Amino acid sequence: MLAELRDVSFAYPASAERRERPFALAGLTLEIAPGEIVGVIGPNSSGKTTLIRLLTRVLEPDAGEVRLDGVPVRRMSRAELARRVAVVPQGTVPQFPFTVGELVLMGRYPHDPGRYFESARDHAVAREAMEATGVRELADLPLEHLSGGERQRAVIAKALAQEPRLLVLDEPTAHLDLRYQVEAATLLRRLNRERGMGILLVSHDLNLAAEVCDRLLLLRAGRAAALGAPEAVLDPALLAAVYGCEVVVDKSETTRRPVVRLTWKEVRDTR
Amino acid sequence: MLSVLTAALVVAVVASLFLGSAHLSPSAVVSALSGRAAPESIERVVTLSIRLPRIVAAVLAGGALAVAGVAFQALTRNPLAEPSVLGISAGAAFGVVIGQSFGLGLTLREALGLTAFAFAGALLAAGAVYVIAAFGRGLSIQTLLLAGVIVGIFFSSAITVVISLLDFNRLGGVVHWLLGNLAPIPSGALALFACLAAVGFALVVTHARELNLMALGEESLQQLGVAADRLKLTIFLAAALLTASVVAFVGPIGFVGLIVPHVLRILLGSDNRLLVPAALVGGGIFLLFADTVARSIVAPAELSVGVITSFFGAPFFIYLLRTRYRPNL
Repeated sequence: MLAELRDVSFAYPASAERRERPFALAGLTLEIAPGEIVGVIGPNSSGKTTLIRLLTRVLEPDAGEVRLDGVPVRRMSRAELARRVAVVPQGTVPQFPFTVGELVLMGRYPHDPGRYFESARDHAVAREAMEATGVRELADLPLEHLSGGERQRAVIAKALAQEPRLLVLDEPTAHLDLRYQVEAATLLRRLNRERGMGILLVSHDLNLAAEVCDRLLLLRAGRAAALGAPEAVLDPALLAAVYGCEVVVDKSETTRRPVVRLTWKEVRDTR
Repeated sequence: MLSVLTAALVVAVVASLFLGSAHLSPSAVVSALSGRAAPESIERVVTLSIRLPRIVAAVLAGGALAVAGVAFQALTRNPLAEPSVLGISAGAAFGVVIGQSFGLGLTLREALGLTAFAFAGALLAAGAVYVIAAFGRGLSIQTLLLAGVIVGIFFSSAITVVISLLDFNRLGGVVHWLLGNLAPIPSGALALFACLAAVGFALVVTHARELNLMALGEESLQQLGVAADRLKLTIFLAAALLTASVVAFVGPIGFVGLIVPHVLRILLGSDNRLLVPAALVGGGIFLLFADTVARSIVAPAELSVGVITSFFGAPFFIYLLRTRYRPNL
């Protein structure tokens, strides 16, 4: 298995500011095969981002184990981990005007952390990554001059420069135009096909997830509500129970994938 | 670019050797530098015992402050962070005033003691800023600046308390130092200053590649393979050491760490591997320039160099706040 979470539980420490009960992931098991695209969906604070943090050892699970290629992540060095898993975080831009090229080169860090200046090979890999996401021409521009979609592609290029076996994306289409959703879906499918790279897509966007993923994990309050093919997970009754609102699931005319639509009926309180 | 800056520094240093309130002819300065002047001659004393130590102190202090500025900016991911803005200079100054009230001066051993007091004060202030700012979950720009201002005011008041308890005869020296001045430092103390600044600079410059990654945020820093906590602690200690040594030897000089890195970022970009060495050189040039202005603008009287940097720095800070500041990203 490329990545596996085995019966993983995690609770954030209780704190004074958080009035609600500290959130937990409980007994979660997920396997990602090499070259597979897995989507994680679920309402706000259902544990989607926590899952990414556990996978990349930003957080350590209270119980259970996280493995990459069969090796527990807690036995890996951070650099080793970063050579296997690259994360595209939710859109934040550095306060400092780094250029696209500089950002992408940062992705080379885990390949030789002791090095001060990047090697010729690092530059070659970075160039290739920028080409793959179509930002090669923007290499010398400061990130702040880019549009939202271009910036996102620059950050994906940085992740590709890590040469990971698993690419993790956290809400890649948040705050972006409709057109970018199509662009993102195309890009992710191509990267998966051409590089055999596993992809973990965490998203609010059910339709993007349904469109590109082989399997979906639906989270509810830190537990798996469903795990399986998009057609099976995107069940109207199940979604209504998890999200607390009524939806209709159709099939896309062009790709035969499920498409989720709201009915806009009054929301009933399921809590 | 770095060589251009270094050349500019050399020019500034040489020019400063020939400028000053004592009117020496260029040939007199040259004869003093080449050791041909008589041991007790005016040109020799003025050039080697007054001007040269002052120039060295200015270059060291300016460089150290600018490097500390770059380090604090990377650490807080905030281009407005700087030792004086964050209140850390004030904390170090409080430490020094305490040390001075025990009678510590600038002989080598006493200077070491003063630096220790300054370092303790800097750590105290930085810790306080961190605790206050971290209350609001995450170090947002607003809370960080606010915390810095509050801590700065607190330590300034604490300094006032110590000063009012101080023996009247010692008062003049302390106040003069508090304004930030580059009066000649004994050569032993100057060497110590250089060593401390070198240690701080070395720690920052060797981690410059990691400082770049820091701009992506704490989580991304870890996900790229960096041991984030150890890195932050190292940079924090280095920046505090740089600040403390400057404050101990020449006083709390403000805004150098804000102005110099900002101008250099416009010229060179954000790569810290270039920016950190450039800040060392550029900070030296800037403070040398500010000191020349301080010495000549109201000649034959002298202003403190800290006054000049604040006159430049405060409007500059406002300008940055209005233009470069992007809230809540």
